[in-house]
Amino acid sequence: MDLLEYRATRTKTVGEALEQHGIDRRDFLKLCAAMATLLALPASAAEQLAVALAKARRPSVIWLSFQECTGCTESLTRSHSPSLESLIFDMISLDYHHTLQAASGEAAEAAREAAMKENAGKYLVAVDGSVPMGNPGYSTIAGVANIDVLRETAKDAAAILAVGTCAAYGGLPAAQPNPTGAVAISELIKDKPVVNIPGCPPIPTVITGVIAHYLAFGALPELDALGRPKAFYGETIHDRCYRRPFYDQGKFAETFDDEGARRGWCLFKLGCKGPVTYNACATMKWNGGVSFPIQSGHGCIGCSEPNFWDAGGFYEALSMPAHPLKVGAAAAAAGVAAGAAVTFFNRKKKGAAKAGHETTTLEDLER
Amino acid sequence: MSASLDKGVRVLKEMIDAPIASYFSSCVHCGICAEACLFYTETGDPKYTPIHKLEPMRRIYQQEYTLLGRLAKMVGLSKSVTDEELAEWQELVYNSCTLCGRCSAVCPVGNDIVYMVRKMREGMSAAGHAPEGIKGAVTRTINIGSPMGVKLPAVKAQMKHIEADTGIAIPLDQEGVEYMVTLSSMEIINFPEYLGAIAKVMRHVGRTWTLSSEAFEATNAGMQIGNSDLARVIVSRVVAGAEKLKVKTVISPECGHAYTALRWEGANLIGRPFTFKVQHIVETLEEFRAAGLLKLEGMETDRLSFHDPCQLARRGGVIQPQRNLMKMVAKDFVEMPDAGYMNWCCGGGGGASSIEEGEELRLEAFKRKKRQLDAVKPDRLVTACANCRIVLEEGLEHYKMNLPVVGLTETIAEHIPDPE
Amino acid sequence: MGELQFLTWVRGSGLNLALTIFVVGVLWRLIEIYGLGRKKDLSASRSTPGASGWATILRRSLPPPGMLPASPVSYIGGYVFHVGLAVVVFLFAPHIALLTSIAGVVWPALPSQVVDFVTVVTMAAMIAVLVDRLFKPVKRFLSTFGDWFTWTLTFLPLLTGWLAVHHLLLPYTLMLAVHILSVELLLVFLPFTKLFHAFTVFGSRWFNGAVNGHKGVPV
Repeated sequence: MDLLEYRATRTKTVGEALEQHGIDRRDFLKLCAAMATLLALPASAAEQLAVALAKARRPSVIWLSFQECTGCTESLTRSHSPSLESLIFDMISLDYHHTLQAASGEAAEAAREAAMKENAGKYLVAVDGSVPMGNPGYSTIAGVANIDVLRETAKDAAAILAVGTCAAYGGLPAAQPNPTGAVAISELIKDKPVVNIPGCPPIPTVITGVIAHYLAFGALPELDALGRPKAFYGETIHDRCYRRPFYDQGKFAETFDDEGARRGWCLFKLGCKGPVTYNACATMKWNGGVSFPIQSGHGCIGCSEPNFWDAGGFYEALSMPAHPLKVGAAAAAAGVAAGAAVTFFNRKKKGAAKAGHETTTLEDLER
Repeated sequence: MSASLDKGVRVLKEMIDAPIASYFSSCVHCGICAEACLFYTETGDPKYTPIHKLEPMRRIYQQEYTLLGRLAKMVGLSKSVTDEELAEWQELVYNSCTLCGRCSAVCPVGNDIVYMVRKMREGMSAAGHAPEGIKGAVTRTINIGSPMGVKLPAVKAQMKHIEADTGIAIPLDQEGVEYMVTLSSMEIINFPEYLGAIAKVMRHVGRTWTLSSEAFEATNAGMQIGNSDLARVIVSRVVAGAEKLKVKTVISPECGHAYTALRWEGANLIGRPFTFKVQHIVETLEEFRAAGLLKLEGMETDRLSFHDPCQLARRGGVIQPQRNLMKMVAKDFVEMPDAGYMNWCCGGGGGASSIEEGEELRLEAFKRKKRQLDAVKPDRLVTACANCRIVLEEGLEHYKMNLPVVGLTETIAEHIPDPE
Repeated sequence: MGELQFLTWVRGSGLNLALTIFVVGVLWRLIEIYGLGRKKDLSASRSTPGASGWATILRRSLPPPGMLPASPVSYIGGYVFHVGLAVVVFLFAPHIALLTSIAGVVWPALPSQVVDFVTVVTMAAMIAVLVDRLFKPVKRFLSTFGDWFTWTLTFLPLLTGWLAVHHLLLPYTLMLAVHILSVELLLVFLPFTKLFHAFTVFGSRWFNGAVNGHKGVPV
């Protein structure tokens, strides 16, 4: 694909791009129906979605990777309905992405700059990874500090998608003692809408679903107080978990290899954080809807929640101490010492009261 | 003339011990003690709630013996106890408490409230806030020898009468006998039949006994006013008398608090165990009955009920013996509701009956006894405490109830056959 | 502070702090109270079967004859909420997990729905005793700030736990954190309020029973 052809592709509508790739209307409608379900829209919305999408101009997307592990991208590549291919080739114009782009070095940076210039005010910026604010040297791209790349790229963006827990909330780089001074994107970019798509990694269909929503409706989905799309993060894993009935009956796996574990009982006692984790894993599942952690026998670690990384042991139940308790002999000794000290003075006082006793005579009954 | 607030507080500091600390720390303000107290149930006035009667003592405990209480006092969160307050509490600690111990029997957390009232009275009397009536009784006991001012000649006169009536000699100051019998002044003045009954019983069972010219009076107003020093002076007379006559057992008369003073407080007051046994006359009679020594004849046919004196039953643990004895002589013996361990006080125990200004309240509280009696309507009421007897008679008269009250010992003695 | 951070704090540092104050407070208060000592009773004792401090510790759990009708709300409400509290605290699986992690002992739990029902009943009983305290003259008369305060301290863990389970009022994470915090407040204040009767009730009953047991009175 030469540059001319590439430019031509970028300016196509979604409908034109689909046509070019030989996707027929039936498949397209199927895709729209899938997306409508994903976004918790009524079934009738699929048709509207199809009309809107066909006419939508494919937006330019610039993907920035900072302090991250590429897990989010790995997740994205496993997206289904829409698949990564249909996303990249048909629905968006992914103009810059370290891992996925062919270009490198100056050519790569040139592509980013070109996309920014041509689509000023209209392009989306997806970010994975947190930004080190302790020392800009901790993470740079082409010698430029992450924070500078972010500010420059975000300046003319329509919106920012903070993909993954690191971008959304700081993530593992921000875990105590946060050596790099990692911070979330929303703490740095205040003048643009930021959509948090947390998860370590996020569910791929959730990433693509947010983009699809933006494409179809030209606006970002409704967000909750933590900047997350309500459609995907509205309920806890626990509330939608297929093992929930066992929790209610008080049937728990006590170890990972006991009878309870084999029978698929609730993993609460093994540290499952499902009750405090707002995500769609239990309903959308992973790997094309095959399974999710609890289904495979491991408790939820709460990876899409802010500060999950410092929320105590993964294998400590929520009702258990987050860290080993440090109440011990010292507290007991302090209590005994306090009691003994008070008792010492009490006994002295009582002794003095006794010593001061003057034998009462009849006269002493009168004032 | 030296009673003062300071003295009262010092005495209370001396009195407060681990049980009291535990009790105050346990109280949850459930108010159940009020439901057990006849001064509350009959007046409906919450100030008569037993635990409330100890409020000044509670504050002294907290301020003196708890770290947080001391701090609270320092920063002014907890106010010191004042003289005015103690004066106000006098009615609560004396007039409206007969030391009957029902509160201690019902407290769900186990607080022995009456144990605390007894100690509270130590402080109250040292602070000069004891009622005049009880002060008078103590003064007469210390100075004359008995709360009613009875002296030995009066006892001797009664002895003579009884000897004439029964033909039995009343032994006085006989050394080495088995029993030393003590009396309450009420029995000397109002119910001399008690002494006659004792004489008959002792002759019937063939046991040796004596009165003591130094220790005929068993009541202890010092204990009622709550002053251990004075109570010790009084109880020491009995101890000295008993030890001088080398008796095995001292028999406490039909008087509840005299029994408590001798049986439970005496050794603690003098600071050493007794060298003799102490029994309430009911216990002595029960021993005779159990040994088959009481060979009685005839039965009372009218309906009889028994009023358990608090200090004998609930506070003294003597509950079944009086029933065993009643059944020997009563065909128609009926129990009042709550009889025995949970019996309601006559309303005049613990020195309350000697408080003149408390009479109206006492009569109000008597409504409880009246209800108990109305429930079974006995023809005669038997009891084993001369003080209960007097208070019951006053109450019955006030409420125009025609119900004779008699002592258990004389009731038993009436069925002792004349010797051949 | 985020919700999960708050939850982690109450599960970590907060719990440590509360338990430390609790342990220090309980030992200090117990020694302060029982360190005062008492005099030996010199009077001759009379033993009667069933008359002892130990017997009274047990027997005092039952209302004495005739007392139930005199204060039915205190007795029935009191039973229901004490037993209810015990069930909720000791037989709810997540609570057992906590106690197991501290004490190392495991015991079976009740189904969550049963615990849920008991919680509602317990709260109802607590409201009944509160209403009784408000309207019964004696209780009203005796009541101090401490009574209202400790009622609230006891009620909050029940209420917040129930609200958390039912996802009411606040997001679950936040409500769970508030629930744990309310328990921590209860632990912190327990040694220094009338709630300390949870410990001293045994001592008080024992003293009362022992004094009377000495006299042969089965109280």
